[in-house]
Amino acid sequence: MIANVSIYEILTVSTLLFFIGLYGFLTRKNLITLLMSIELLLNASVINFVVINKYMFPDFLQGVYFSIFIIAVAASETALAISIIINLYRLKVSVNVDKTETMKY
Amino acid sequence: MNFSYTFLVPLIPFAVFIFLGFFYNRIKENISGWIGVAGLTSVAVLSYYTAIQYFYHTPKLDGKFQTFVYSVNWMNFTDTLKVDMGVLIDPISVMMLVVVSTISLMVHIYSMGYMHGDRGFTKFYAFLSLFTFSMMGLVLATNLFQIYIFWELVGVSSFLLIGYYYEKPSAVAAAKKAFIVTRFADFGFLVGILLVGYYLGSFDFQYLNGPEGIAAAQKFGSIFMGFSVIGLALVLMFMGGAGKSAMFPLHIWLPDAMEGPTPVSALIHAATMVVAGVYLVARMFPMFNFVDHGSALHIVAWVGAISTLIAAIIALTQFDIKRVLAFSTMSQIGYMMLALGVSGYDGHEGVGYMASMWHLFTHAMFKGLLFLGAGSVIHAVHSNLMQDMGGLHKYMKITSITFLIAALSIAGFPGFSGFFSKDEILIATFHHNRPIFYITLFVAGLTAFYMFRLYFSIFWNKKTHYHHTPHESPLTMTIPLVFLAIMSIVPGYFPFTEWVTPDKVGFHGHIDPMMASIATTVGVLGIGLAYFFYFKPTDYPAKISAAFGTFYVWTKNKFYIDELYLFVTRNIIFKYISGSFAWFDKKVVDGTMNLIGNSTVVGSEAIKGVQSGKVQDYAFAFVGGVIILVIVVIYML
Repeated sequence: MIANVSIYEILTVSTLLFFIGLYGFLTRKNLITLLMSIELLLNASVINFVVINKYMFPDFLQGVYFSIFIIAVAASETALAISIIINLYRLKVSVNVDKTETMKY
Repeated sequence: MNFSYTFLVPLIPFAVFIFLGFFYNRIKENISGWIGVAGLTSVAVLSYYTAIQYFYHTPKLDGKFQTFVYSVNWMNFTDTLKVDMGVLIDPISVMMLVVVSTISLMVHIYSMGYMHGDRGFTKFYAFLSLFTFSMMGLVLATNLFQIYIFWELVGVSSFLLIGYYYEKPSAVAAAKKAFIVTRFADFGFLVGILLVGYYLGSFDFQYLNGPEGIAAAQKFGSIFMGFSVIGLALVLMFMGGAGKSAMFPLHIWLPDAMEGPTPVSALIHAATMVVAGVYLVARMFPMFNFVDHGSALHIVAWVGAISTLIAAIIALTQFDIKRVLAFSTMSQIGYMMLALGVSGYDGHEGVGYMASMWHLFTHAMFKGLLFLGAGSVIHAVHSNLMQDMGGLHKYMKITSITFLIAALSIAGFPGFSGFFSKDEILIATFHHNRPIFYITLFVAGLTAFYMFRLYFSIFWNKKTHYHHTPHESPLTMTIPLVFLAIMSIVPGYFPFTEWVTPDKVGFHGHIDPMMASIATTVGVLGIGLAYFFYFKPTDYPAKISAAFGTFYVWTKNKFYIDELYLFVTRNIIFKYISGSFAWFDKKVVDGTMNLIGNSTVVGSEAIKGVQSGKVQDYAFAFVGGVIILVIVVIYML
């Protein structure tokens, strides 16, 4: 509970965060930026977990634990994605997502 | 008495076939020849042993020869309708064992000389073994279904062996013709079997030919021109038999089948496979005799009579020696058929049946010998045509003498085996059907004439100049000739009347002096006429053929029956009936399938751009889909 801040305001922030991330994922061409957009998406959902837990079910802690899990999973996912991107760079000498379209029809 | 070891009779050739077939690249020529001969020798020994055991050492039951059946259950359709595989031992099957194994063994030995140096030598022996296996299975069959299976197998081996020289287009065409014509006839056989199975509920010979089966079959009323449904089934079965036995009008494949190697002609197209139709009618004889008061037998008799007459007339005008023999075979099988057709059942009435089986036996021996002799001549001269031969007696004494014995036998000269069996046929027809008797007698004269026309033209007549001096064939070829020459005389003295009769009781046969003298006179007349025409080069044949004019031309062209078939199939069936089916198949059936295939190709070509390979496009589609779903869930439901 934060004083003078209602759940609606926090949820508005997280929703904004989510759509910013989505916009970034759909429009940016740099793979690293795409990864950062994914982190934004994840963070938005983590905020939702925590806030809803805190404001609506204060006697429970599942939401908080979930958020910790998500952060851990996101970290390992990022490590994996970075390694893929590095290998892709060695192959294509580029991190542009438009250049990696060999898997088409 | 236990005859269960006769299972081995078909199985030994089958094992030889499998062995030679699998290793045919790796076996040397003479080894595969010896393997084949060894296998057949054991089969022949078993067959002779069975025959001796059966006819001399097996006690009769109520004065009848017993029937032994050993079978395993193979397929069950209903509680009563089932198909067995097994062996059936009775007088005719034992007799056929001896015929098939003797001729097959002789042909195996003969082929070691005749086929020497041929590229497909091992393959040839494998096919011969396959044929022997199928023929033995056919002969020993216990039920209609088994006989049908082996019936088709002999058809296949015949096809393979006619087309043995598969690089020759004429051999390929002949093989196809033989297969298609007999297959067409076998369709009738199959329908007949199915009708019998449906209405009588059994395929088993023991049941069908026993009193219960006959009684059940006689219950059906007449439905078509005096035939009951079982009678029609028998006529259809006879159609299959007529196809296999080259009866008019299904005989057209037999002359062309002479494209195969000569030993094959001797084995399959003279002695064994072509008599399968006769054997089938004999096997079902009680049914033929009792159902509809023997109406089906009348058809058998007249088809046989017409075939024997037509074939004998055509044989007079042919110049290819193997074709003369082919038509002679057809004519003699017609004899067997008509003898069966005029036969009765009990006691002395069954003389036609007995004569038919006896003639089958003697004919197999002398016709096999004639073909092997012709093969020996062809081997020496490298031609099939009579015009290329003449004066060969000087060079090939053994072939000439054995050929003469066979020719005398087929002409019914007294003392030779053909005389006795033909005499019985004449007696049977004389007592039961006078018109057929006159046909039979006339054909006996024709037979003597064309056979000695053949003999004199090959071995005497003009002195032809040969490029290579012809020489006698090797020992592997002359030994079978000599053996079969003996067998062309000896079977005449077997007590066949006591062994092979429809009621299995047997009777005392005797030679009718009146009939014998008539037959002998006719035969000698034919021989004398042939001597007069052909012993020395004369111009009588040319004059006579000119005198007959159009009839001679028609005869020489086999009455244009082949051309008639071609006209009917090509210009009527193919054009009008098959043509519309072909149109339907090409346009509608194939068209539907092509439409399905093409529309799939066109459709996927159109929408394949969706698979862009760009991860953001997929993500956009995913997000869009989620948004649509959310809208649907929130506002529409």
